[in-house]
Amino acid sequence: MSPVDHTQNIIEVENVFFSYGQCDVLKDITLTIHKGDYLGLVGPNGSGKTTLIKVILGLLKPRRGLIRLFGDDIKDFQNWHKISYVPQKTISFEVGFPATVKEVVLMGRYGRRGMFHKVTAEDRKKTEEALKEVNMWNFRDCLIGELSGGQQRRVFIARALASQPEVIFLDEPTVGIDKTNQEELYAILRKLNKDMDLTLVMVSHDIEKIVQETMHIACIDRTLVCHASPEDFLKDSPLQNILGYNIKMIHHRH
Amino acid sequence: MGLDIFQYSFIVRGLEAGIIVALIAPLIGIFLVLRRYSLIADTLAHVSLVGVALGLLLGLNPILTAIAITVIASLGIERLRVSKRVYGESALALFLSGSLALAIIILGLAKGFNTNLFNYLFGSIVTVTNGDIYVIAVLAFIVLVSLSLFYKELVYITFDEESAQVNGIRTHLINMVLIMLAALTVSLSIPIVGVLLISALLVIPVLIALQLKTSFAKTIFYAEIISLFSVIAGIVISFYLNLATGGTIVLVMLIIFVVITFIKKR
Repeated sequence: MSPVDHTQNIIEVENVFFSYGQCDVLKDITLTIHKGDYLGLVGPNGSGKTTLIKVILGLLKPRRGLIRLFGDDIKDFQNWHKISYVPQKTISFEVGFPATVKEVVLMGRYGRRGMFHKVTAEDRKKTEEALKEVNMWNFRDCLIGELSGGQQRRVFIARALASQPEVIFLDEPTVGIDKTNQEELYAILRKLNKDMDLTLVMVSHDIEKIVQETMHIACIDRTLVCHASPEDFLKDSPLQNILGYNIKMIHHRH
Repeated sequence: MGLDIFQYSFIVRGLEAGIIVALIAPLIGIFLVLRRYSLIADTLAHVSLVGVALGLLLGLNPILTAIAITVIASLGIERLRVSKRVYGESALALFLSGSLALAIIILGLAKGFNTNLFNYLFGSIVTVTNGDIYVIAVLAFIVLVSLSLFYKELVYITFDEESAQVNGIRTHLINMVLIMLAALTVSLSIPIVGVLLISALLVIPVLIALQLKTSFAKTIFYAEIISLFSVIAGIVISFYLNLATGGTIVLVMLIIFVVITFIKKR
């Protein structure tokens, strides 16, 4: 029994088009994300999943269409600390970026703290809480580059958590991570969504896990092919052609 | 050897200016190196030569004209980079060769191809005046204060620019601030190592500190120590052995780099 109002729209995408030069990457996408949702964003390679996320996050400007975040037009939106992003990869630390786990997670507080304000004891406390939430507190003094892929993902989720957001966007959080670590990561995400009432939007190519883990699935192939519950998603056979999967083999957990 | 080095007021002035520059160079350098912007230091140094040439032509203090020109050009470089009309490093190459061409022409007009020019190209602490030290100190103070004001944001965009932007960090503004501070630092460093060696001052101490693989805060701390040590040692050694100061400083840095890399490898 969650007190979350699942009918509240927190992200509204209306008739959004995006193109790189002449090439349309997103065509007429309309999508609403409600508070407390756990949305899986699937689609074939090059279907525009990451582009859609970047457009919603304001990192890319749509050619046409409207994006509203928490009721405000994206151009007027101020409360960016309500939104966190776990990108697919950050190149910077692969070659030994000199930052400890604690330093990385503390960055998540910087936007909330605002310019010209010093880091406070509260920021350090939230950093500690976020690291404990993902079971990485014991690694707080390790360099980010010394961790395994799965551990790094958890640190980035902690950084996202540290800003106390309402919604977290994750771009392929399980890529390049072994099965055990993947399970652990999904368990953490379940906890964030169910126990902490966080809205999650996850891009993934792992249809099987998305069907098992999420509440809604949006399938994108430049346009929005479907937006459905996992049960309905499995019934919708035309998707097999697009995704190249035999999705009938997948069983839904809920 | 005794203390006779301090009998020479130019050495004292050189040390004063050197220590100030040694303090701020790695603070800017760490952000440039980690963002793969090392070439910006070299580009800005060449741009600063235009300022020096203008100063010589107009009979103004070349350090002041260098500061003005470099800061203005830095904003142009950043705009060109953000516009993505040319590749990032190509934008730098454009400014680097373009400014060198312009500098050569202005120097020709100023009849500036003389020993005076050599001082700016290769550095010469002998030419540092008390007025220069005052300018260097004030501007270094501005760089320090700006860095401490924007430190959080600089660290975040250096690590992960997109996430920083999503988190509400004004990345365009911070990038502008960084390149302007780099322009200031480059101009201040001219008397110590000269236009041609400035990038070494910004980059090498940071590269050495990165070999030690430690936290961000400690990396800055080690880079500061290495930078201070190299500049002071370079000035003192060059005095006693009668060597060129800029070259000696950079060679001291390179020796430390080789030694630390060798130790770390074992």
